[in-house]
Amino acid sequence: MISTSSKLGSAIHSRTDAGSGAVIGYLPAGFPDLQTSIDAAVTLVNNGVDVIELGLPYSDPVMDGPVIQAATQRALAEGFRVRDVFPAVREITSQVAAPVVVMTYWNPVSQYGAQRFADDLASAGGAGLITPDLVPDEGAEWIAAANAADLDRVFLAAPSSSDARVAQAVEASRGFVYTVSTMGITGTREGVDSAAAALVARLRAAGVDNACVGLGISTAQQVREVLEYADGAIIGSAFVRALAEGGLEQLARVSADLASGSRVS
Amino acid sequence: MPNLRDVVGPYFGDFGGRFVPESLIAALDELDEAYKAAAVDPAFQAELLELHKTYTGRPSIITEVPRFAEHAGGARIILKREDLNHTGSHKINNVLGQALLARRLGKTRLIAETGAGQHGVATATAAALFGMECVVYMGQVDTERQALNVARMRLLGAEVVSVATGSRTLKDAINDALRDWVSSVETTHYVLGTVAGPHPFPTMVRDFHKIIGEEAKVQVRELTGGLPDIVAACIGGGSNAIGIFDAFLDDPSVELRGFEAGGDGIESGRHAASITLGRTGVLQGAKSYLMQDEDGQTVESHSISAGLDYPAVGPEHAWLSKIGRAQYEPVTDADAMEAFRLLTRTEGIIPAIESSHALAGAIRLGRDRGPGTTILVSLSGRGDKDVATASRYFNILDEGAEQL
Ligand SMILES: Cc1ncc(COP(=O)(O)O)c(C=O)c1O
Repeated sequence: MISTSSKLGSAIHSRTDAGSGAVIGYLPAGFPDLQTSIDAAVTLVNNGVDVIELGLPYSDPVMDGPVIQAATQRALAEGFRVRDVFPAVREITSQVAAPVVVMTYWNPVSQYGAQRFADDLASAGGAGLITPDLVPDEGAEWIAAANAADLDRVFLAAPSSSDARVAQAVEASRGFVYTVSTMGITGTREGVDSAAAALVARLRAAGVDNACVGLGISTAQQVREVLEYADGAIIGSAFVRALAEGGLEQLARVSADLASGSRVS
Repeated sequence: MPNLRDVVGPYFGDFGGRFVPESLIAALDELDEAYKAAAVDPAFQAELLELHKTYTGRPSIITEVPRFAEHAGGARIILKREDLNHTGSHKINNVLGQALLARRLGKTRLIAETGAGQHGVATATAAALFGMECVVYMGQVDTERQALNVARMRLLGAEVVSVATGSRTLKDAINDALRDWVSSVETTHYVLGTVAGPHPFPTMVRDFHKIIGEEAKVQVRELTGGLPDIVAACIGGGSNAIGIFDAFLDDPSVELRGFEAGGDGIESGRHAASITLGRTGVLQGAKSYLMQDEDGQTVESHSISAGLDYPAVGPEHAWLSKIGRAQYEPVTDADAMEAFRLLTRTEGIIPAIESSHALAGAIRLGRDRGPGTTILVSLSGRGDKDVATASRYFNILDEGAEQL
């Protein structure tokens, strides 16, 4: 659904209107520590990333591959608490204009209280949530809470989703639909699956506002390819690995490189 | 009120559901459809029954254990002998059902998680029987304490993946199996080994195990002329328990008692008694009771028994507890091991450490109620796999003896 108050929607539209698409960068909050994760998000934006996807570390991340698992487990071991995500969002949004969407498994939100989480995220200036293990069928509580707090809600569509489920993801999402490029979990891959283009076409037929493709994107060339048919390209493991291996400097280099894939030539 | 037996998922009261990535929904829908069709297909049921008869060795017998019962207040104690099934536990009932379904769906690869290794062995066995590929995920802690079963799985041709993330036990093995399945659903069926996870698993796995209680109900009536007063079982995810409870759900005179792993004691925090704690949350596809901190992060469970070392429980048990139809309480490692020793010495039956939790529960109930009470106990598995753990626990190995 097209919404005027969608922070994600307007950031993505400003890039698609300019003839390209948005680069969305994932990093876990609290990795390697809370302050560095804030600085890292700012670094991404200063190096061409349009939207920050801030991951909330969780003990049982079934959609994540080894790189992101290792980072989020480290954040938890360092003492990350769910409540820490709100000051992190506030800090990032006070330094840069890019919207911050939180990516979280459902149980931490459910224990915090869905409405309380939505309200605290909205007050911190957050854009909304990506919910990888919450399908719209189970999402009534979150959808109501997000509506009340005027937040975006990003559900997933997969190559295996039926037409009815694609339509449901479009209907239930606000901001964008997370278009799962391949049947798999997070992690870098050689090529972006051709299934992604086909799924974006099905989402368009169902009237999607923005379809952003994620899973396996790790080169500028892949960003360029994806943005030919999608409204955004989501990069996760490639950024997490850069931060883990070479700190903010390497992260800046990698993000400038990957974001160049969204430059309008 | 409708019969409790007729309740099917996705929801059991507030519990259950499908909290999984969208990528898995199509596979769960496909499985649900196939299962519903198979459940009313006489050919499928006949094939499964034939396997039960000629491969598993069903019906499993019941055994009354009077020498053991002397230590349980003189109550009448009857064991349902799932330990005598091929592969050594109840797990095979569910695995054969799911393997038949997988074949119907055209899948050529089976994956499974395992804690004690019994479910992994059963899955590897079915894969060998049906000529399928098999990968079993097992926490590193469990590959060490259940090494015998690792060897059995490998002999059967399965690949065993030792999972070194998180608590390195059953929960983490399930995470890795789910990650595998997200990437492989087209060719692969995930044989979930207990009544947990997303719909349709809790309902389907229950249905494949309810034969335990159905047989036992007839057998106990033949032996005693009536219903048991109490049915007792151990609770990991809850599959053997729901399997023996199900036939008695709508017999209000029959008390249903589940025994969770109490580890070092509830007050120690080192246990696996999620129903006793009673905190609702979502883990691995279902809303149920689970061990979690204030932030909803899963807390590590602890138990001497690998098969009960799981921080959540199937949603139907959470519901049965909430509505008061079944009662659940913890049994410590020490009490379970004492029951293990007692059954072995008094009856010549070496039980699995998992099942020993139910035996300890039966001792407690028997002492409380005394003679005249009939207690049916699910002896879910045999203790061959636990010989190393028990020998260390009781310190019975000769000095310098080879490691078991
Ligand atoms: C012999 C035996 N009993 C019980 C269990 C616990 O599982 P459930 O609670 O699903 O019956 C296991 C699991 O490994 C087992 O091997």
